[in-house]
This record gives sequence, C-alpha cells and structure tokens, in this order.
Amino acid sequence: MVFEPTAIEKKSMKKPEVWVFIEQRSGKRADVSFELLSKGRKLADNMGGILKSIVIGHNVKDIAVETFDYGTDESYLIDHPELYYYRTIPYSRILDELIHKEVPRIVLFGATVIGRDLAPHVASSTKSGLTADCTDLKISDVTYLNKPFKDLLLQIRPAFGGNIIATIITPDVPVQMATVREGVMEMHKADKPKEIKIKEIPFKPTDADELLKVIEQHREESKVNLKGAPIIVAGGYGLGSKENFNLIFELAKAINGEVAGSRAAVDAGFIPSERQVGQTGVTVRPKLYIAVGISGAIQHRAGMQEANKIIAINSDPEAPIFDICHYGIVGDAIDVIPKFIETYKHKLK
Amino acid sequence: MYNSIVLVKQVPDTANISGKVMKDDGTVNRAKLPAIFNHEDKIALEFALRVKDKFGGKVSAVTMGPPRASDILRECLYMGADSVYCVTDRKFAGADTLATSYVLSEAIKKIGKFDIIFAGRQAIDGDTAQVGPQTAEKLGIPQITYAEEIIDLKDRKITIKRKIDGGFEIVECLLPVLITVLKGAADPRPFSSKNLMAYKGAKSLADLEKIAEGNSLLYVDDLVHEYKNRKIFIETMTTDDLDVDAERCGVKGSPTKVHKVESVVLAGGNQEMIEPTKDGISKLIDNLIEDRIF
Repeated sequence: MVFEPTAIEKKSMKKPEVWVFIEQRSGKRADVSFELLSKGRKLADNMGGILKSIVIGHNVKDIAVETFDYGTDESYLIDHPELYYYRTIPYSRILDELIHKEVPRIVLFGATVIGRDLAPHVASSTKSGLTADCTDLKISDVTYLNKPFKDLLLQIRPAFGGNIIATIITPDVPVQMATVREGVMEMHKADKPKEIKIKEIPFKPTDADELLKVIEQHREESKVNLKGAPIIVAGGYGLGSKENFNLIFELAKAINGEVAGSRAAVDAGFIPSERQVGQTGVTVRPKLYIAVGISGAIQHRAGMQEANKIIAINSDPEAPIFDICHYGIVGDAIDVIPKFIETYKHKLK
Repeated sequence: MYNSIVLVKQVPDTANISGKVMKDDGTVNRAKLPAIFNHEDKIALEFALRVKDKFGGKVSAVTMGPPRASDILRECLYMGADSVYCVTDRKFAGADTLATSYVLSEAIKKIGKFDIIFAGRQAIDGDTAQVGPQTAEKLGIPQITYAEEIIDLKDRKITIKRKIDGGFEIVECLLPVLITVLKGAADPRPFSSKNLMAYKGAKSLADLEKIAEGNSLLYVDDLVHEYKNRKIFIETMTTDDLDVDAERCGVKGSPTKVHKVESVVLAGGNQEMIEPTKDGISKLIDNLIEDRIF
C-alpha cells in the first residue's frame, strides 16, 4: 500500500528556506539587501536550508541575476511596469501571497524606509513575528517554556536604554522576520557563483493598487560614504552646540576623515541623520574612529565597536566609551581638538 | 469636513537617562523613568488639528497602555482634541506590535467613522515603527509612512510629501488612509489656556474608581455619569468594550518573545590614557603613524 504524504507532511519534508527581500530604487540595487544575502547564506547553511532572493520592480532582471554571486539558490522575479515605484499595497500583496504559498522559515528586510514600511505590513498580514533593527542573527536550538524548538532564528538587538542585549525569538509562528540596518552585516561574494535559477512570477494589478499614486520622486546620490571611509570623526551631544560641532568638521578635514555623529547629536540638530552611526544609523568598520563628546551607549557602540582603532575624547572620565576605546583622552573638545589638528599638521605636512 | 483619529503613546523618557534610574548592575530601571508623550505622536496630533482648523471635523486621540497613560490624553485635550480614549486592560499587557495593532484597530472600529488616522512614525522606547503599518493592514486601508508635509487635501484625496532613502517623494492617496509623521514635520501647538482650565479635571474610569475608594459617600457610577455630563470623562476601553479575541491580545497574541536578556560587560583595561597636552597628543599621533593609520 502506498501512502501519499499530506500537505503538512510535504511541507515538513521541504528544506527550510531563508528569503531576502531585494530592495532596489529606480532600478539600482540597495547594498543592504546584498549584505543580507551574505548573512542569509550562512543562516541557510546552518539549518541545511536554501536561500532565495525576492526581486520586485520593473526591468530588474539584472539585479536578480546578480544575487547569485552572493549565494542565492533561487530567485523569484516579479517584474512589471506598475512596480517601478515602491508602493506598500502591491509589494506587500506579492510577498503575502508568496509567503502563504511557500511558507519560508525566515524573511529578511533592510531596515530602510522601504523595508520599514513593507516588513511590518507583511508581518501583520501573515501574522508573523518581526524584530526591527537586529544587530546579529543566529540559528540555534532553543528550549522555551520547557518546550524544545529546533533551528530557531535568534534575533539579537540592543534593548531599551542601558547596556542590555536582548535575544528575541518567535517560536510559535511558521515565519520569522527581521529587519537589519545597512552595514551591520558584511557583504561578500560567494566562493563559487551559483547556477542561475530565476522563477518569474506574473503580477496582476488590482484596484486597491490605485488608491495610492507616486506623483514624483527626488533622490540625490548621497555624498556621504561612511561605510567606506577609512577614518571617521564622530561628535556627540557632549559637544553642547552646533557651533562646537564645527570642531568635528575641522578635525575631519585636517586628517582627511568623514564626519559622523551619535543619535543624540542628530536629535539635537548638530548633524543630518544620514551621518548617524549606531544601531539605528549606519554600522562602520573604519581604520580609525575618533569619538568626541560621545558617552558610548550600547546603541552607538553597536555601530562602531569593530573599528580597528578607537580614540575617545570626553570630559567625563566615567563615560562608558572609555571602556571600549584604545586611546582615551579625558578633556574638553574645545581644548583637545585644536591641539590635535596643530600637532598633526606639524608632523605630517 | 474630515474626521481624524490620532494614535498616541506614553513612553519612558529614554533621552534623559540619569544616574538616578540606573540599577546597580548598570541596567535601567524603567519604572523610575519619567513618562512622557511620545514626541512624534504629538506632531501627529498637530497634523490632525491643522486638518480640523482648515476643513472642520473632529479629532479623537486613542492610546493603549496602563491606566496612567491617560495623562497624555489629558494633554491631547489641552492641545485641542475633541475626544480621547484610553484602551487599557491587564489582558493587553506585554503586547508586541502585532498584538498592539490588533487591539488598536478594534478600538478604532469602535470609535467610529474616520477619514485619516495619524500616528508618529515610531515611539522612542522601541523605535520599531511597526504599529502604524500593522494597524493600516488590519484596517485594510492604505498607509503613508515617513510623512513630512500635507501638500493638499481636497475631494477626499490627500497629497503628501514623504521622506525616502536619499530624498523625498510626493504621493497622492484616496481617503481613508493611515499616515505616520516624522519628527521635525511640525511644531506641536502649546496647550491653550482655555482648554487647560476646561480639562484640568478630566478623569478616566481608573481615576474615578480611586476617588470612590477613598470616600464611602461616592459611587463610581454616579461619578462617571457626572464627569460624562461635564464632558471631562476620559473614555476607557477594555476587553469588555471591544470585539477582541483574547488569544490575539497581550502576551498571548504576541509572536515575539524575549528569550534572553544580557547585560553587556565592557571589556575594559586595554585602553591607554593620553594626557590632554601637546606632548600626550604628539605621542598618540606617533603611535598612529607607526600603526600606519596616518
């Protein structure tokens, strides 16, 4: 007698899948999605699963092809003129239908404006767990409330205030979702590019898509490249004023570095948010990171602690930043920075 | 005329963490932090009030939280909200964004017809920015997140300028819609002194219960009746008032669970302290040259 497997059994026989939503803006790929492919590859390997890239847009087949350089096993391509601009309703519907049909174990999104608009909407319609702004992701067996779970996604992020790292899990739902900021994961090409296997999925526009229209879009290539800068000079709230923050610009100019700031400096209006380093900003790994007037909350450290060398300048000797720096200077920035610039110029020019 | 509902949240003031609220192990004692009106939600209320000023209509504010969250609803009244609702129940406690948006969406259905829902982009205690989009999904209406400006509103169509990565875009949407607003998008108006006088004594059910407990001559039902008549009653919504499935509320309805919380112990000890003098800095720069950083 032959038993046909039931639908549920078929699903449990399927290899677990990790999906990465590949973001593109005007046909240009977002780096964060490719960083997530590199991480997704590792997560898939750790549970004997496969990695899929989900590419949505118009004339974006090239991007789908490129994902295979980063370890993708299979790509879903949804390409249609109506999908040129990102809009919540059609993009979310596409993912919702795919997720209901295929039930991946993990779906990852960049914590960009698009990712933060889309991921919660999809998590809501599929009743999935979603953790925002993760700083690390791991696969592990977990015992939760005395029940064993195999190969859960550990969603790790700094939690509210203080020096706390929380590990979030979503044990009781089929699909685990997370968003991750740009730069947190490292992007690297796979050793051997995978065989290209693209599945084109037709798109059917609906009336609901027409509720919202994008009238126009303005985007400027950002001149700020924090991720690629070998030297970063970052200022914090401790500088006290926008005027004092000019010292950061002066120092950065003198030593050929890029200017950055802590969240508090951004909130205080000292510096635009595109220059924010930290959990909710960019993660950087420069050769040298100079932190001036930054106390060193865990959310900031998450974005810079892998710098090769860290110099901390702070008037508060108790500031936690001194615990992770290589060189510490207890002093007032107004006094220390001009001395630094002068000495540097004297030695190197 | 357009009716708005504003989603507001009371949050711990994470921007002002002082030594007083730190526990011995270096973690923050949440209970000791002052509770404040989440700033972006206040901007959302300002947006709603501007729509009301220009086109007429009603502004309702709703929050989900412990009973003391009604403090910020009183502030909504001071700014000019017409009615306020405190969604509170032990069964709602411990909710993640999915369970929160479920309960809020049910509360919104009870509040009644609306054209626009405004909310802050995110709350400072979690920074997730998830409750807005998830509430829109549950209500089956479009969402516009990261809004910076209302450019136009006419014939039940709203035009919004919103932030995108690296720039901005202009979108046009048919009502109803849920809009989340970004910090800096507007300055919330100050409390009006007239409203301050009128609503200073506004009380929620929990407040009135406390008053009745302290005075055997007073009965809660009478007090509620009186405060309602004087239009200074902060409506409370519990599981009894909403058509909610208890399995989808609070901890039970929250797929995300905290598995582990670790205090981070900083390595320490490896750092070299440099004197803030020319000599000290000179030595430091020599070290960096030696390490081929400069």
